[in-house]
Amino acid sequence: MWRKTVNVVMLSLTGLCALVAVSALFFILGYLVYHGGRDVDWNFFTKLPTPVGEEGGGMANAIVGSGKLLLLAALIGVPIGLLGGVYLAEFGGKTVPFVVRYTADMLNGVPSIVIGIFAYAVAVMPVRHFSTFAGGVALGIMMIPIVLRSTEEFLNGVPKAMREGAMALGASKWKTIATVVLPAARNAIITAVLLSLARVAGETAPLLFTAFGNRFWSPGWSQPTASLPVMIYTYAVGPYDDWHRQAWAAGLVLLGLVLLINVIVRTVLSRGPSAQRS
Amino acid sequence: MQTSARPALSKTAPQNPGVPNAMETSVKQPSQIDPSTATPLRMQVRSLDFYYGKTHALHSVNLDVATNRVTALIGPSGCGKSTLLRTLNRMHETVRHARLEGSITLDGEDILAQDVTRLRRRVGMVFQKPNPFPKSIFENVAYGLHINGIASGRGRVTEAVEQSLRRAALWDEVKDVLHKSAYELSGGQQQRLCIARALAVNPEVLLLDEPCSALDPISTAKVEELLFHLKENCTLVIVTHNMQQAARVSDSTAFMLLGDLIEFSPTPQMFTTPTDPRTEAYITGRFG
Repeated sequence: MWRKTVNVVMLSLTGLCALVAVSALFFILGYLVYHGGRDVDWNFFTKLPTPVGEEGGGMANAIVGSGKLLLLAALIGVPIGLLGGVYLAEFGGKTVPFVVRYTADMLNGVPSIVIGIFAYAVAVMPVRHFSTFAGGVALGIMMIPIVLRSTEEFLNGVPKAMREGAMALGASKWKTIATVVLPAARNAIITAVLLSLARVAGETAPLLFTAFGNRFWSPGWSQPTASLPVMIYTYAVGPYDDWHRQAWAAGLVLLGLVLLINVIVRTVLSRGPSAQRS
Repeated sequence: MQTSARPALSKTAPQNPGVPNAMETSVKQPSQIDPSTATPLRMQVRSLDFYYGKTHALHSVNLDVATNRVTALIGPSGCGKSTLLRTLNRMHETVRHARLEGSITLDGEDILAQDVTRLRRRVGMVFQKPNPFPKSIFENVAYGLHINGIASGRGRVTEAVEQSLRRAALWDEVKDVLHKSAYELSGGQQQRLCIARALAVNPEVLLLDEPCSALDPISTAKVEELLFHLKENCTLVIVTHNMQQAARVSDSTAFMLLGDLIEFSPTPQMFTTPTDPRTEAYITGRFG
């Protein structure tokens, strides 16, 4: 009797917690839609912010700015993280991988604002102005440990037998990795990269004093740029009602983009191991 | 299964007379004699010692691998038969702290001095578990051709792939699904695909490490039949846990125990009149 009770109680408790976890997302989404849904219109995606006091306007520059920042972050974070992960999984001895792994985990735990300060010191101070580039560096540094550790993990998941199969056919170690091991882990690694992108897409703190912000278009890479998270921050703490509404709208767009990335990843990858010809 | 084995045995039987006397003279390392008499040797292993770190895994092993014959390595788990097999195409080098002393030759050339890529192209390997790549059936077979740059041009690759699949007796089953993933095949088909993949680069020697241990009896029978045909133009070395399998498919058999090669004889003799009491104890099922 007692065992049955415990069983029922624990089942309900775990089920309840699972429900709360799932509903959190829907609450957030619902809240954003309720407050910002009306302001997500064509103008939001195509117009620049209007001067204070003027109704309307959009965040086109922030959306493009976030895109550019993420592109830079990916250009920095993906190659370093990917190749470093390959080294850890395939080439390392004992001591070096241990140190690298440990450092990567610590880097992963460094508060994002500290990474922002670092990017400020190396990419803003020397040139004495904020820039898209500096923001991209900050986000890229944040991506490195995520991509590195997941690459290592997924490569370790590739069976040893598969490597031996390739090496027994005369493939060198690098060729084995490039033609068999990486393709075998490709889908998982792409997922990890996109999820890490989705994660840094919402980072605000490291952008505050690297990419800074901009109420206009930011040409090239060396000007300060607007970005969605910083826009949300600025508008949400601002004193105007229409700013608040636009902050909600920006939040909705940001969440929408992240969800979109997730959905695309899952649909593309669910097509299973591809049987492509070279 | 047993019945299908008989022809293989009787085919090799006539080669035996005359050998047994010679065998008895050498006690521990009787491998100086080529068991199938006039057959030329493709590979020779001489006083091979092998270490994993401090573990002495093989003790002064000698082995002759006769051209276009099937040589079987049998023995209980941990006796070193897989280790010995893996030294033949230097797959042991993928293991850290592995060390080898002695000599191994392929057609008289020292394999340890050769370029390992070239060696592995000449000495292919099939593993215990089917290990197809996550690619299409076609790409799996073509892989060895691509990385070795052997056949270039789609026409020649296609031709080579078909030929290899035919040699592995898999062509009829997969010819219409060549561009499907290799994982959609059954276990037995996957193993024959791995054999086809190894055959695509035209190896002179094919090493098989317990190729049937993960397969059901029908798939096993197919692979065994395949081996019988393959030896027409390929030298085979097979490690097996299954003594009946060794008896069915091989021309000569080496029995190993705790890192020693105990006895090496023509297969029919090994299974009827073994010289060493330990061999007899093993094959009659008293241990192992």
